[in-house]
Amino acid sequence: MDDNAPLPPGLRIIVPLLLGGVMLALWQGLVWWLEVPKFVLPAPTLIAQSLYNDWGTLIVSLWITLRITLMAFVIALVCGVALAVLSAQSRLVEISIFPYAVMLQVTPVVAIAPLILIWVGLEHIDRALLILATIVAFFPILSNTTLGLKSVDHNLRDLFVLYGAGAGQRLRLLQLPTALPYLLAGMKISGGLALIGAVVAEFVAGSGTGAGLAWRIIESANRLNIPRMFAALILLSALGIVIFLLMAGLQTMLLRHWHESAVRRER
Amino acid sequence: MDAAEAPTQMPTRPLIDICGVAKTYSGGTHALQGIDLAVRQGEFLSLLGPSGCGKSTLLRLIAGLGEPSAGRIEWPSATYDAAGRPERSLGFVFQEPTLMPWATVFDNVFLPLRLAGQRRRAVALRVEEAIAQVGLGGFARAYPRQLSGGMRMRVSIARALVMHPKVLLMDEPFAALDEITRMRLNDDLLRLWQAGHWTVIFVTHSVYESAFLSSRIAVMGARPGRIAELIEVPAPYPRDEAFRTSAEYNEYCRRTSAALRATLPDAGALP
Ligand SMILES: Nc1ncnc2c1ncn2[C@@H]1O[C@H](COP(=O)(O)OP(=O)(O)OP(=O)(O)O)[C@@H](O)[C@H]1O
Ligand SMILES: [Mg+2]
Repeated sequence: MDDNAPLPPGLRIIVPLLLGGVMLALWQGLVWWLEVPKFVLPAPTLIAQSLYNDWGTLIVSLWITLRITLMAFVIALVCGVALAVLSAQSRLVEISIFPYAVMLQVTPVVAIAPLILIWVGLEHIDRALLILATIVAFFPILSNTTLGLKSVDHNLRDLFVLYGAGAGQRLRLLQLPTALPYLLAGMKISGGLALIGAVVAEFVAGSGTGAGLAWRIIESANRLNIPRMFAALILLSALGIVIFLLMAGLQTMLLRHWHESAVRRER
Repeated sequence: MDAAEAPTQMPTRPLIDICGVAKTYSGGTHALQGIDLAVRQGEFLSLLGPSGCGKSTLLRLIAGLGEPSAGRIEWPSATYDAAGRPERSLGFVFQEPTLMPWATVFDNVFLPLRLAGQRRRAVALRVEEAIAQVGLGGFARAYPRQLSGGMRMRVSIARALVMHPKVLLMDEPFAALDEITRMRLNDDLLRLWQAGHWTVIFVTHSVYESAFLSSRIAVMGARPGRIAELIEVPAPYPRDEAFRTSAEYNEYCRRTSAALRATLPDAGALP
């Protein structure tokens, strides 16, 4: 499994789980022992109970947040790659697009939320959430793919010139494969950012047709239903972890034959 | 042995005619100046010189990668395409293997054909043949990173050969390899060259390599890059281990070495 120390295969999973279990037990014990009120810090058992009791509403909220995250991610992916490919074809496009992309990136999404909300109309909050999450997720894809498309080996580029490759062939057979590891790294960041964007946007802009997880957290806080707030938080971080694992899996799958980051070394 | 005879008599029309070529880079470096060279059909020509004398620059100009600042490079016997460029059939082997790491050996060798619009199915045999030619039969499915440095170089050569080029340009292809691998590849290269009847222009900074391989050596000097001397090596091919240890080979090495030393500014100071 590991490079230098030959760990038993299951250890990677068992050790963190064990640590988590110990921490949970400590938490539970402390809450009992110090009699911490449940609206300050609920015991893990109470959170589990809330997760079970409110499963119906929470799963709907989870789905709503997930949908916005996925849509934002896909739109960011398509637009980011398309713009990167475009700017790789012409320097003029690149220098005209990039300042605005940077502007979009450095402006805090919280600050533009009200504006977007007014533009799309208060009856289309869903769209505002989608736009905001997309803005957040978009930049890593664009900048990473742009860098990747430019990182082509000079000799390989010459080779393509020598054999009379067209612009399309160069893009498909040389630039895109070169950019793939960069794109995947960007996607890994973007996946997490899309979720963050979806949550932050809901905090700022409110919820649309149905309440997402962020709204559930606000609502639970207002009602001092702290166990449910924790339950929503747990679902949120679980979603984040799943997205990360999926991206990492995709990265390994696509790069395992050739890229230094993904090949397993044999010694 | 026609390969041995051919270079010794001057054919009426050279394959490549290089006239008064100079190259000045935008930084102001005079990489080449006043290069006159007629490359003969079927010869094995080495460009030998110290680092920075413009060997790579000259080879790239011959390949059409970049324009000379002055002078002309002509292909008298080549046909010209619609855009006025000579239709040269050439293969280029870089100093590094320069393989696509995401593609298998097969796909790397297939690349030139693919860029020429060929279908994989139609040319699979030809690709396999080129891979076998460089002694890598059975490795078609492997990825470059699974191969040793010498094997990668062989893939690079197979890729250059798969188009059946008339001219093979090689830029210090074996410089990074160990002595034994290099000798093996040298032997293989000579064998392929004799069988294929093509012309090789081979850049090297090794006196011994150039004397072993070449039918002619262009010794180059630096600052500005120029051709100082042309040395004929009329020893017959095939050249083998016996040639490598012969007095004749030694004599060529000595002469080449002397010519190379004469190009250096403080000729006497060096051992
Ligand atoms: N793209 C470039 N831009 C500017 N200067 C260059 C460029 N390529 C080469 N040069 C310069 O031209 C000169 C000749 O370079 P070249 O690479 O042709 O030498 P070389 O004989 O191949 O050397 P080596 O044996 O080290 O490969 C050098 O002084 C180098 O600095
Ligand atoms: Mg060089």
